[in-house]
Amino acid sequence: MKLKKNIATSEAGFVFNPATGDSFAANPLAADILARTKAGQEAAAIKADILEHYDVAPGQLEKDWDDLLAQLREFNLLD
Amino acid sequence: MLLSATRPRLTVAVTGLNATDSPGPGVAVIRALRETVDFDLRVIGLSYEALEPGIYLRDMVDRTYQLPYPSAGTAALLERLQYIKEQEDVAVLIPNFDAELFNFIKLEPQLRALGIRTFLPTLAQLEARDKLNLPAFGAAHGLHVPASRPLLHAGELLAAAEELGWPLVLKGRYYDAAVVHSLVQAEQAFGRLAGQWGVPLIAQQFVAGQEINIAGLGDGHGRALSVVPMRKLTITDKGKAWAGITLEDEALLALARRFAEATKWRGGFELEIMRAATGELFIMEINPRFPAWIYLTAAAGQNQPAALLRLALDLPVPMMDGYAVGKMFVRYAWDLITDHTQFQQVAALGEL
Amino acid sequence: MKLPYERPTLRKLTAGMPNKFGPRAGARAVTALDGVAVAELVARFGSPLFVLSERQLRRSYQAAVRAFGTRYPRVQLAWSYKTNYLNAVCRVFHQEGAWAEVVSGMELEKALGNGVPGPHILFNGPGKRRADLERACEVDAVIHLDNADELHLLLDVAAGRARRPRVALRVNLDAGIVPQWDRFGFNLENGEAWQALGRVACSGRLALVGLHCHIGTYVLQPAAYGAAATKLAALARRCAQELHTAVHYLDLGGGFPSTNTLKGAYLPATDTVPPLDDYAEAVAGALLGAGFPPDELPLLVLEAGRALVDEAGSLIGTVLANKRLADGRRATILDFGVNLLFTSFWYDHHISPTREFSTAAEPTVLYGPLCMNIDMLRESIALPLLAPGDIVVVHKVGAYNMSQWQQFINLRPNVVLIDQAGQPHVIRAAETLEYLQQLEAVPAHLL
Repeated sequence: MKLKKNIATSEAGFVFNPATGDSFAANPLAADILARTKAGQEAAAIKADILEHYDVAPGQLEKDWDDLLAQLREFNLLD
Repeated sequence: MLLSATRPRLTVAVTGLNATDSPGPGVAVIRALRETVDFDLRVIGLSYEALEPGIYLRDMVDRTYQLPYPSAGTAALLERLQYIKEQEDVAVLIPNFDAELFNFIKLEPQLRALGIRTFLPTLAQLEARDKLNLPAFGAAHGLHVPASRPLLHAGELLAAAEELGWPLVLKGRYYDAAVVHSLVQAEQAFGRLAGQWGVPLIAQQFVAGQEINIAGLGDGHGRALSVVPMRKLTITDKGKAWAGITLEDEALLALARRFAEATKWRGGFELEIMRAATGELFIMEINPRFPAWIYLTAAAGQNQPAALLRLALDLPVPMMDGYAVGKMFVRYAWDLITDHTQFQQVAALGEL
Repeated sequence: MKLPYERPTLRKLTAGMPNKFGPRAGARAVTALDGVAVAELVARFGSPLFVLSERQLRRSYQAAVRAFGTRYPRVQLAWSYKTNYLNAVCRVFHQEGAWAEVVSGMELEKALGNGVPGPHILFNGPGKRRADLERACEVDAVIHLDNADELHLLLDVAAGRARRPRVALRVNLDAGIVPQWDRFGFNLENGEAWQALGRVACSGRLALVGLHCHIGTYVLQPAAYGAAATKLAALARRCAQELHTAVHYLDLGGGFPSTNTLKGAYLPATDTVPPLDDYAEAVAGALLGAGFPPDELPLLVLEAGRALVDEAGSLIGTVLANKRLADGRRATILDFGVNLLFTSFWYDHHISPTREFSTAAEPTVLYGPLCMNIDMLRESIALPLLAPGDIVVVHKVGAYNMSQWQQFINLRPNVVLIDQAGQPHVIRAAETLEYLQQLEAVPAHLL
């Protein structure tokens, strides 16, 4: 997953795409994933961390991860 | 300054912040309220959409909360208002949209229990002035309204035209209208309006003449405490007033007073009047709330929103006599500047 | 202890409304029905599962009796079988005192089987066959005549019988609402009804005991019932004066709405549906003002169905899968579809989660499990972030679903009734393949 460089994320979970003017609200987990991605963390590390801290099965997380990627693509936020 | 320090603080919530090209009355109501000499006001905006301009008028609106759409019903609305009441000490709430009135009127007792006062017409008054009921309303109260009849099928158009004459005004159940001059036109318009708004349609007698609007405030006991008539000078392509002027005409004042007396109207109202060439006054439509041009009443010397605030609080309001005749308003467009972070706050969290 | 998980999701911010705001406005979890935990019901009886509340059935019945009975001295409810003819449901209403309103030979037998005396069965419907009429005569049910052919068939059936069959005339009339239902019964305004009444009276073979009309379904205007009652009462008075026949009862039919919101309605039904008291007020006012001598007031019969049973029914189901559609919309597949929730074609049912979620919500298309394009329960609904295995409850599904359900692609599930002490009872067992096939026969050459 590679976010577009100029995407702005805020602590409150807001995402702003300066190229299109669109704003988004991320739920807490999505906001956390985006922040870590922007900070350069690898997907595998983020997922491992989520599995360690959250009550979720690895298979479910993989499905939801793919779904998040689909949303980011749909919203034009990925490179 | 000294005065404001001694005035009691009061929090008022107002809807209808959509001061767009077909404006809601909220911003004008707030502007008039801000001129009250009775209170030191804190104004809470209540909005339905994140881009209602009033939200971003920060010197007029201290804070805005989003409301669920009227279609979500009274339970959702009450829950939201309870939350808002926990944040803000709202004492009076002034709704300004036709579509939301049903819910606010239904919730009146619950709002009162929460400590939020309103000053609204009754449900029976609201329904009586509905487009479909207007002929019965006129007949019951001896008020001139254009002759009309409901239409369920296009087959009834010819009979309607024979009764009401050409041209004929066809009105959609909720919105939209067309003036038609022939059966062919009428059938086309019927198809369009019925397709969009369902049946019944309303076939109305066409009345030619001069359009006049009257803003009024009824005390609920049959008295119109304030009446200010206005003629539109220019209109937008949506038919909304762009400029208007206050009129002096005893017949108009008498009509509005008779309306308030006959209906015991409670709250703000607007009568849309057509003055025929004969001088006869027809009530074309009755809006159960203040119009968007309501600030003109304050500017002309009868501040109707400020008076309504007092009525809601059970404070006495004297009959208002005299207003500046020839006082004009000219509406203007203005680009407010804000930032995406503010938009995000409203759009995502429903508060700003 | 790990943190509760909810899938990561983004919502585009638009000028329109946020779905929910603040910590208090999330969809409320419904964890129990009539005091029984939803999880326990699913563990014991499976999913999907229809649940009926006996307490609510009785409460709705008593409320209807109270609404009409406090305004008019002689009132009788006739339970509309087609709305839900599970025997346990019918018997609750019969225990409460309801007669039966049936619309086929099958329903007639059901009512008899539930112990309803023949004279307390009102037989409606446009499709009665000769055998149905004979059976109705045999048990002395009241036949509500629908059309002239049926009248003549019944005259034929009645010939030579010791006891005159008891009949009521079904009348359709203009009650000021659209659409005007004119396909059932004899029209009042064009004189057809009066003509038929004359024929019934002068035949000497039939006993006219009632007049019936049913003006529509989900009628939101109480005044329309008042108008219908006025016209029916005038017709009854005319029968007495000109035909010297006293009409014992006026049956105003049913059609009273429940508080389910119709698709396309602007405001929710919980706010706009008039209380039953308004209907009762309109009907009682019309009848009391119709000029009947006080000791000759006709019995008022009502064929309430939906208003008595809708609220008592719930449908429990489970999320099977989530997916994302080509246009980016979220879709959720449930283990029940239009095969069980027939009323989703015209209602926006209220659907609750059964555990707590955060306030995040995503507009979702709700699909059923059928491999069939029509199986869509809702085009868009804001639901919390449901995961596979999550359980949901659909509310107010008691009317029509348990009689119009389809045995299509899937078998029909258990139906339980929770009694007034909070004990669940299976009142219709989940179907099996054996049950499905028991009436089939395979010709020898295919074995």
